[in-house]
Amino acid sequence: MSAETAPLKTNLPVPKKRPDSPWRIAIRRFARNRLAVIGLFIVVFMFLLCFIGPHFSPYDLYDYNKLDKNLPPSSKYWLGTDKLGRDILLRMMLAGQISLLVGLVATSISVIIGATMGALAGFYRKWVDTLIMRIADIFMALPTLPILIILGAILSDLKVEPSDRIYYLMLIIGVLGWSSISRLVRGQILGLREQEFMQATEALGLKDRRKIFRHLLPNTIPIIIVSATLGVAGAIIFESSLSFLGIGVVPPTPSWGNMISSANNLIDFRKRPWLWIPPGMCILVTVVAINLIGDGLRDALDPKMKK
Amino acid sequence: MSQALIEVDGLKKYFPITGGVFQRTVGNVRAVDGVSFSINKGESFGLVGESGCGKSTIGRTILRLLEKTEGKVIFNGQDIHSLSKTKMREMRPKMQIVFQDPFSSLNPRIKVGEAIGEALIDHGLVNRRELKDRVIETLEICGLAAYHYDRYPHEFSGGQRQRIGIARALILNPEFIVADEPVSALDVSIQAQIINLLSDLQREKQLTYLFISHDLSVVEHLCNRIGVMYLGSMVEMASKEELFRNPLHPYTKALLSAVPVPDPTLKRDRIVLKGDIPSPANPPSGCKFHTRCPLASDLCKQQVPEYRDVGNDHFVACHYA
Repeated sequence: MSAETAPLKTNLPVPKKRPDSPWRIAIRRFARNRLAVIGLFIVVFMFLLCFIGPHFSPYDLYDYNKLDKNLPPSSKYWLGTDKLGRDILLRMMLAGQISLLVGLVATSISVIIGATMGALAGFYRKWVDTLIMRIADIFMALPTLPILIILGAILSDLKVEPSDRIYYLMLIIGVLGWSSISRLVRGQILGLREQEFMQATEALGLKDRRKIFRHLLPNTIPIIIVSATLGVAGAIIFESSLSFLGIGVVPPTPSWGNMISSANNLIDFRKRPWLWIPPGMCILVTVVAINLIGDGLRDALDPKMKK
Repeated sequence: MSQALIEVDGLKKYFPITGGVFQRTVGNVRAVDGVSFSINKGESFGLVGESGCGKSTIGRTILRLLEKTEGKVIFNGQDIHSLSKTKMREMRPKMQIVFQDPFSSLNPRIKVGEAIGEALIDHGLVNRRELKDRVIETLEICGLAAYHYDRYPHEFSGGQRQRIGIARALILNPEFIVADEPVSALDVSIQAQIINLLSDLQREKQLTYLFISHDLSVVEHLCNRIGVMYLGSMVEMASKEELFRNPLHPYTKALLSAVPVPDPTLKRDRIVLKGDIPSPANPPSGCKFHTRCPLASDLCKQQVPEYRDVGNDHFVACHYA
């Protein structure tokens, strides 16, 4: 081998520190955003509260203390009790598990379907694109609330167990939400596939699977993460409204939405605010915090989109 | 002469211009308009011409990164553009490309080691245990180091990225490499390193190059034969020595007169072309070069000059050559 092709004698020492990946740079940028970090702390706190808190509660979800109905907050019941004598704090934490879980799982379903569909449409174009995007159009044109009311009624009619209902709910909210993500992903991929590194994958003769899942989709992850984060907040609100209307999560399974709806008369509303203020605050705080994270992620991952 | 590895026969590539409400085709950009040449095994063929004359389009159409409009590309006796998708994919490792822009030709989210090795996996050319060794070996051949394996592209300089691009092409053991202006995005000091790398690799691995460039001195250093393109057509083709000694086409003469000479006292007659390169969507009649040619006559405006052999393996398309 001749001198020219011998390894370059660079004077640079082998660096000790792990080099920066695009992700690390994004994490650093995120950490500098104070509001987003506060949002992250709040969400982590909500998760800990909802998933670990119940273990420290002296009560049980199905404790009906007939002697302690409608008590205001006290040292015995920190957030009071409801009309069946159940501890509000415990119910609020367990409801949080359901609401957060529905939000996360529903959004994951949307993202998986949406990203795959969008990637296929953007990569193969032609009739695949037309087909998938027309289906997405149909999903976008569906009036969501009436459909959910009908589906909720069907679930009630089929006498689905209340504990199973949340799984159907996750699926329904998830499937109804994929189209907007698929549009985002498709748009990105249409742009990416014209880049020179995609021509390189063609010249190398890589398999379509690798081109899509290793080259194209990772480059769309920033926008997927951002829209998924905001989607979680949306799904939580969605679930709460459905549960409030009595077609989402139904009692005795608690959710933040159906806890609020249990305060649906004027006396409860005015005289017993401990029934609805805690779950209401939970929804508000969680959704605001998630949106803060979403905005922070957008700024960190996709500086070009800023404002 | 040895046997031809690549034969390009009457290759045309038009890009449709669409317009109007219904996206009808209202015209064509004739990026490549009937080009023929062949490249022998182990040879480097240089393709020169100014920006927009269709050099890169030829390179990409030969590799079938673009579909042809007309003509044939024969590689090792097989018509590339008539192969099925599966057959084409199997053919890919034999013909590779090095891109012009080392910044956009590497995926920012894929580590260098994976970027170089992934094609080996997809073609089933190596098992996973040997993979890393092969990649590191290739990195070192291309003048990079083993510890670069786990780095991301943005941590490299332009010259290093170009080495990565070369390693990525080289690891498949190709017979033919299209080098699409591989040095024009690099600093002059780095250009020499990359050119030397390419020429060493050619010697060691008996590679065949199609070297696309707008820099005649680069082509002179690396190529055996040179084709000069103007507005989608080949205007002159000859061996390097012949072309530099005896350029026949006025466009080639103008290009050669523009090569910088490292001697400020030397007086030279620069041939300075007037005007801009015409639009390939609406090329001039007759000889496409007549709008800028110092020798142009009425004949040139009316009649397309024949691309003819003037002996000594020297081809030219000019009425007055």
